[in-house]
Amino acid sequence: MVNICYNNIMFVTKLKRIVRSGYRNFVRSGFTSVASIVIMTITLFFITSLIFVQAALNSSLSDIKEKVDVTVYFVSNTDESSIKNVEETLRNLPEVRDITYTSEDEALTAFKERHSNDYLTLQALDELGQNPLGATLNIKAKDPSQYESIAKYFESEGTLSKDALTIIDKVDYHQNKLVIDRLTAIINGAQKLGFAVSLILILISILITFNTIRLIIYMSRDEISVMKLVGAGRQYIRGPFVVSGALVGVISSIVTILLFIPVSIWLGNQITDFVGINLYTYYKSNFLQLFIIMLGSGVTIGVISSIFAIHKHLQK
Amino acid sequence: MIYFNNVTKKYSGSASLEDVSLSISQGEFVAIVGHSGAGKTTLTKLILAEEHPTGGTVFFESTDIHKLSTKDLTNFRRKVGVVFQDFRLLPNKTAYENIAFAMEAIDKTEEEISQDVPHVLELVDLTPKAYLFPHQLSGGEKQRLAIARAIITQPDLIIADEPTGNLDPVNTNEVINLLKKINDLGTTVILTTHNKTVLEQFKKRVITLENGRVIRDDKDGKYML
Repeated sequence: MVNICYNNIMFVTKLKRIVRSGYRNFVRSGFTSVASIVIMTITLFFITSLIFVQAALNSSLSDIKEKVDVTVYFVSNTDESSIKNVEETLRNLPEVRDITYTSEDEALTAFKERHSNDYLTLQALDELGQNPLGATLNIKAKDPSQYESIAKYFESEGTLSKDALTIIDKVDYHQNKLVIDRLTAIINGAQKLGFAVSLILILISILITFNTIRLIIYMSRDEISVMKLVGAGRQYIRGPFVVSGALVGVISSIVTILLFIPVSIWLGNQITDFVGINLYTYYKSNFLQLFIIMLGSGVTIGVISSIFAIHKHLQK
Repeated sequence: MIYFNNVTKKYSGSASLEDVSLSISQGEFVAIVGHSGAGKTTLTKLILAEEHPTGGTVFFESTDIHKLSTKDLTNFRRKVGVVFQDFRLLPNKTAYENIAFAMEAIDKTEEEISQDVPHVLELVDLTPKAYLFPHQLSGGEKQRLAIARAIITQPDLIIADEPTGNLDPVNTNEVINLLKKINDLGTTVILTTHNKTVLEQFKKRVITLENGRVIRDDKDGKYML
């Protein structure tokens, strides 16, 4: 009992000593600590930038995706209930995300609005005396690649009733096919490339941080050998270096999160129109999450690098 | 206490120690002398298991030092205090912390540390410099600090590898007298040196190495090279 109690007290004492020693080493190393904070901050800056790039990319991709659709034009004077029937059938397709019904009248109003400055067209429309525009169903798929199968649905026989086929004037998919195909390819490509590039860049920056910490510990190799010679155990030698590594991570993440405030304000002013998302707003609304990611990556990289780097020096 | 049995140590082909056999008993003060490159440092490194012998064995009491596990080796090193020519102090720790570290390493309590460290600092006459860092101390002070660190854990054996190599005659005398004092208190001391004056009034055992071999082993402290 007494022994267990003593062991617990000793454990707490040791932990306190390790943390104190790690903190002192970190503070007293001065320039070296600053150097590792700079490198770690660059890494975290990189990781956060990649999160930003992904956010911007996703936002512009979803903007583009939003612009892709298939419109089914119905012959004019089609009964609204028949159209609703078709809409109902379409809604049951798994690929369909959303369908917007535009009636003949609404189509006309929209057309007039669009051409409000084009006097000639409006006059021609007036002379026609009746609404030449048919109702439309605007279909959005869950994924751009699914438009083809939706479009095919209108071609294949038997899937829609004969009745339904006669009221459909045209489906604009084939006119848009080239554009849609290209966009689908670009979107998929951009996402894959973005992911691969992110992964490689993060790996490289982690390697650089790891090497910096390894170099700093290598500089302390004489110190480590002295610690061994005075009979310090492995844990006791390793501990303070791990604490220093964690401290580098903590401070770097704070520096990075502060640095990103002006950066995101600037980016918000500069490229919001281009990417379709205000990065400053994005930063503010995800602040806590981003900070946790930075803190987590910083401390993890710092601690793991230290453990790996010191391992070699702890062999006999 | 320490036994070298036909120990040979070769560095990439050339021998640094060749077929050395000697024994050192508890409480002895032994000087190992010889020119640079005679194998003095190699000998001390073999005792500390910083190097492994190419042939032969080194025993501390009844254990083969080079067959110890990492954990046992750590425990063994706690019985040995080491003093180096280049001091090898921890640069980021104050004089006080350098000594305290050696006690922390062997799990001494905070009370023991705050009791023993000032005492040892006084013994080596460094009390006013307790809160200075090694780079703020003179050579002699650094060496006295290194000795303080070596003796704080009350080791069975002190190894002093050229402890006076970087010191002027006054500091040299102080360091040797300090080591003698420690020996008088019962600790075995192994001192390596190539400094003739260190041994002029030395009435202890002197082992002379030349080209990695023991060429003399005098009980009365003669230094002849």
